[in-house]
Amino acid sequence: MASAPLLLSFEVAIAATIIAAIVGVALAAWLANSRFPGRDLVDVLLTAPMVLPPTVLGYYLLVSIGRNSLIGAAFEHVTGSTIVFTRTGAIVAATVGAIPIVVKSSRAALEGVDPILIHAARTLGATPARAFLTVQLPLAMRGITAALMLAFARSLGDFGVTLMIAGDIPGETQTASLAIYDAIQAHRDADALGLAAVLTAIAVTMLYGANRLAAPRA
Amino acid sequence: MTSRASLAAQLRVDRRGGFALDVAFEAPPGITILFGPSGAGKSTILGAIAGLITPTSGRVALGDDVWLDTSAAIDRPIHRRKVAFVFQSLALFPHLSAIDNVIYGMDRALKSGQKRARAAALLARLRVGHLAARRPPTFSGGEAQRVALARAFAMDPRIVLFDEPFSAMDRELRRELHRDLRAFVAELGVPMIHVTHDRDEARALGDRVILLQKGRIAAVGSVDELLPAEPREDVS
Repeated sequence: MASAPLLLSFEVAIAATIIAAIVGVALAAWLANSRFPGRDLVDVLLTAPMVLPPTVLGYYLLVSIGRNSLIGAAFEHVTGSTIVFTRTGAIVAATVGAIPIVVKSSRAALEGVDPILIHAARTLGATPARAFLTVQLPLAMRGITAALMLAFARSLGDFGVTLMIAGDIPGETQTASLAIYDAIQAHRDADALGLAAVLTAIAVTMLYGANRLAAPRA
Repeated sequence: MTSRASLAAQLRVDRRGGFALDVAFEAPPGITILFGPSGAGKSTILGAIAGLITPTSGRVALGDDVWLDTSAAIDRPIHRRKVAFVFQSLALFPHLSAIDNVIYGMDRALKSGQKRARAAALLARLRVGHLAARRPPTFSGGEAQRVALARAFAMDPRIVLFDEPFSAMDRELRRELHRDLRAFVAELGVPMIHVTHDRDEARALGDRVILLQKGRIAAVGSVDELLPAEPREDVS
């Protein structure tokens, strides 16, 4: 069994989970704690990647971060490398799939914190930011950790969007999911089975862990 | 820290569904009881004073210091009002130890050691010093109430608001806490508004009473005047 695609998958999934944690929890906090017109629309747009076909998502990403796009051109100008068909592209693809999971579950966890506790923090002199960081966030941490575990599992297994914007370049963008597809095409059944077993084991472990965290404490 | 300033509040809250609160009152240093049945608007008044609720119109001032004036677009943020608010559920932070709960509202300019020593002394004074390192989910009702009291007074409040935090307590425990509460309020010299619909508690604590009914003030006066003692078997 080739270990390079697995290692690459881990690298991509870890980077995507870290980015999704920062961006996703910030967005979840914004949605949970502010009232503004169009909040529901923002929620729908942020979680749409969960239900859109990967090809549609990949198409939008190619349009918005491809070589001819503003973002893609700027990135290439600064770093000398494109986003698409590189490892960066694979991380972007995984992140786009992970963010909706983090936003949806973290928002529910943050909204589940008793508002009276946040009011208590505010009357005790805490600014909204301090009340969030010292009361709401720690009390929502189990739910957020569960969300991050699911996001990691999701990032590890991305196929469609990664294929569209990062391609299937061995050693560069060929993640474990893509390597399984290649192995099946080439009748390398043992490779496919090995990679599939590892991805399944990780996904099941993450799901079990997330369920344990999300369950009410005894 | 004694400012001896009175709280002056004039509040109007309109709600969909017809409920409206329309009150104007003063609370001098000492304990003012806000007495009335459920739904009379007692908690809404406390929320508006603390800044948790923005009234439709009104003015809240402590002496010359104006916290809210809707006609002048003044609305001081909650965290800058220095209001010790003890909620009915007490709202102790379950993830922090008793001592960290007490430290939470203290002046952040104080050194960590000073804060810790002061918090420990306050907990000891309220006879819960032994709970310092423990977290609220392990406390009994009475213990949680004492820790909540310590947290409220540790912040050097300019005004104290209690929203029926003693409702689920036995009489003896309540009497002890009333004594502690009166002592703290006298030391601080600040106004305290205590919401209750329990006549005995109002009589035990209050200097003066504001009777509230359906969002309006029905009467203001001394406890003996407005809430005379009832025969023992007729406990409200």
